[in-house]
Amino acid sequence: MKRLEVKKLDFAYGRNQILFEFDFSLEESQIGCLLGPSGCGKTTALRAIAGFENPTKGEIILNGNKLNSSKIFVEPEKRQIGMVFQDIALFPHLSVKENIQFGIRSLSQNLRDKRSNELLDLVGMSEFKKKYPHEISGGQQQRVALARAMAPKPSLLLMDEPLSSLDEELREQLAREIRLILKQEKVSAILVTHDQNEAFAVGDHICVMHQGRVQQNDSAYNLYHHPLNRFVAEFIGEGTLLPGVVADEGTIATDLGEIKGNLPESCKHQDKVDVLIRPENVILANDNENKVVITARYFRGSSYLYTLKTNSGADLLCFLSSSESLQIDQTIGVHLQIEKPVFFSRS
Amino acid sequence: MKNLTSYLWRWSIVGTALILSIPILTIAFSVFETPGGNWQHLTNTVLPEYLSNSIILSCGVGIGTLIIGVSTAWLTSTCRFPGKNQFVWLLLLPMAMPAYIVAYTYTGMFDFAGPVQSTIRDWTGWSYRDYYFPQIRSMGGAIAMLSFVLYPYVYLLGRSTFLEQSVGVMEVSRTLDCGPWTGFYKVALPLARPAIVAGLSLALMETLADYGTVSYFGIGVFTTGIFRTWFGLGDYTAAAKMASLLLFFVFALIILERVSRSKAQYHNSSGKLKRFSEFRLKGFKACLAFATCGIPVFLGFFLPAAQLSVWALETWSDMVDDRFFELVINSFILAFGAALISVILALFLGYGKRIMPGKATIISIRTASIGYAIPGTVIAVGVIIPFAWIDGRIDSFMQSSFGISSGLIFSGTLVALMFAYLVRFLAISLQTVESGLDKIKPSMDDAARSLGCRPRETLFKIHIPLLKSSTLTALMIVFVDVMKELPATLILRPFDFNTLAVRAFELASDERLADSSTAALTIVVVGLLPVIYLSKTISHSRLDQGNTKI
Repeated sequence: MKRLEVKKLDFAYGRNQILFEFDFSLEESQIGCLLGPSGCGKTTALRAIAGFENPTKGEIILNGNKLNSSKIFVEPEKRQIGMVFQDIALFPHLSVKENIQFGIRSLSQNLRDKRSNELLDLVGMSEFKKKYPHEISGGQQQRVALARAMAPKPSLLLMDEPLSSLDEELREQLAREIRLILKQEKVSAILVTHDQNEAFAVGDHICVMHQGRVQQNDSAYNLYHHPLNRFVAEFIGEGTLLPGVVADEGTIATDLGEIKGNLPESCKHQDKVDVLIRPENVILANDNENKVVITARYFRGSSYLYTLKTNSGADLLCFLSSSESLQIDQTIGVHLQIEKPVFFSRS
Repeated sequence: MKNLTSYLWRWSIVGTALILSIPILTIAFSVFETPGGNWQHLTNTVLPEYLSNSIILSCGVGIGTLIIGVSTAWLTSTCRFPGKNQFVWLLLLPMAMPAYIVAYTYTGMFDFAGPVQSTIRDWTGWSYRDYYFPQIRSMGGAIAMLSFVLYPYVYLLGRSTFLEQSVGVMEVSRTLDCGPWTGFYKVALPLARPAIVAGLSLALMETLADYGTVSYFGIGVFTTGIFRTWFGLGDYTAAAKMASLLLFFVFALIILERVSRSKAQYHNSSGKLKRFSEFRLKGFKACLAFATCGIPVFLGFFLPAAQLSVWALETWSDMVDDRFFELVINSFILAFGAALISVILALFLGYGKRIMPGKATIISIRTASIGYAIPGTVIAVGVIIPFAWIDGRIDSFMQSSFGISSGLIFSGTLVALMFAYLVRFLAISLQTVESGLDKIKPSMDDAARSLGCRPRETLFKIHIPLLKSSTLTALMIVFVDVMKELPATLILRPFDFNTLAVRAFELASDERLADSSTAALTIVVVGLLPVIYLSKTISHSRLDQGNTKI
């Protein structure tokens, strides 16, 4: 049985529809991510699962129990769903320990202390248990918020952009830490974020959303290497779309020569397509006849990221080791190395 | 179910706002009433004088509060000199002094028979008319008295803006070769102008609302005119018409204040607050700065407080008797009752806004909180006219159907007085309670619910503990304001019902200045409470002063 199943959820504020047939599911102890630009509906989806919003259509099933339908609506406090909020929302009048114990106040004092100590250890906040929220840093506050949400051992933990209020350096470190903590507690969780690195660091699988619709629900690897549509291709990772034309024998003719691949039968001769080119697909080959001009260069530590322009004006990205440096406006030869080309027909 | 609740919420909010705006609407609509003969007479004789006096007084107090408020705000926010840290809060002390009490003490000290002039005569052997001494009971005196106690409005808002906005730009201007003076004129002052104007408009609202000082000094302005027309001529329509003229000026100030406040927000740069590298003042300059901050504190608080204490020491054994305790109890009951009701109403409206945000709610709350700007005299007239009308209706109904007279139910009783206090002071409690509610983020409600709290439990476990301090603050501020309130209490109090403020005013008007001091001193001591609280918040949030609102 799946831990969570969401089927064809619709949601609207008045006439403004936010979610369209949102489908999502989560296995036991798995971490899912909802990833998308702001306004894509990911937070609404999360709030609907938590019970703070009532969807117009569709079903939410947790541990096999329906949480909503036209007749039933389980109140958020009865759903056994924990939540971590974007603005952290610790109770300012309670200490760290009291915040963590808030959700387990019906347990005996002994059990409460045991559980809160366990969690304080887990999130590394034991020495701060007597402090009040305003006395600790943002990163520490978010750890406490995570512990507070996990204290009642919820069936499902929801995290709404938990790291967005923190500094950038802290964010990556805490993202990795959160994954370890969740895995140690074997929590099933959903993380909402607009930051793909965060999603890659935390999630087992990632659901990319755009304009209220699920675009692709997949592993990070597949999102990067096998995006299902243009939006996912452009949203995930770095890369550009290179225009080309379907030639004979299953090849695509582009500015940089022919790209071979297994083209589906629906592709007809002379169809116009765009091929997804990741920076690592572009290989420097000075003797090659395909020439491009360097238009910009960005230092990335171990490598430079170059932007290149082809004869017909299409842009490309390319990584080269920072030990050799090429100049802007220099013309270089490149060739493409692509195993399975990803392309989208242009219509 | 959900629809019914929201329907109830919305309409009870709109209803509350409507009831609270009855006095103001009454006065505003009196413009359209046909005037009687008295009105014609008044417009021909005293009205031009009231008008010109009100304008002169406002201009004078405006200039006075600006000079004191801006200079002290600037010095305490950008310069370092001996005593600066103490002046930051000392400068607020005059807020505890009602202007009319300062007026009595100055009159007592500097009048012909007062200690100052007597001493001069003793030393020099001069007699009356041999020397010039400024007349305290004059327009100039009134301007000085009001400026001494009202400048903190300008000081508070000015200082928070100087600290909040000007620090970054001032540092830039220093790197561009601007000294303290050029930086002040070219950068800081233009930036702080909206906030200073907002503070100024608050001070001017208080000036227009003042009754005690001007009536004691015998200056004919609108508030005293309303009194005379009301009690002297007994012409309620003319009094209401005069009040509506005053209302016109007040509305102009409200608009000025709101526009300035919104501009002040617009200017807020969101950058983090840094500590400003202060200008270090030494020698003569430091002395000058010390004097600039010290003189207003001395004249606005310590000198009158000292005089009151001296008088109180002389007379307290005669004055503190059963009657005095009755005054104290009356004042406390009134003040506490009004504070309690206004805080409950503020909680109701504040929650209404949180639960039912929407145009109707916001407009209602704005209307309900407009009273802070309306002079007590105007509110009192606006309360008594409709209340007397209702009483008349009830009475004639009772007479005709049961043959008994119901007498005065609303107008001659504490109900009218309480209602007037609510109209006048609701805005203060509302603002304080709302700022408390703002700290309870909606996500905290959600967090509590996701941790298994039902809505009622959330209220008791999260909201009430978090709202406690702002609710107590609101209680305290309204309590003190009611204690100090004079004109509405004078008009609306039931027959033979006295408060400390009324008693102090009556004794002073009978030239029994020393005897009035125990009552006055009690008011001042209680009035210190919110000032101490305000100065604590200011010094606690050194880097966060932007949040101190009046």
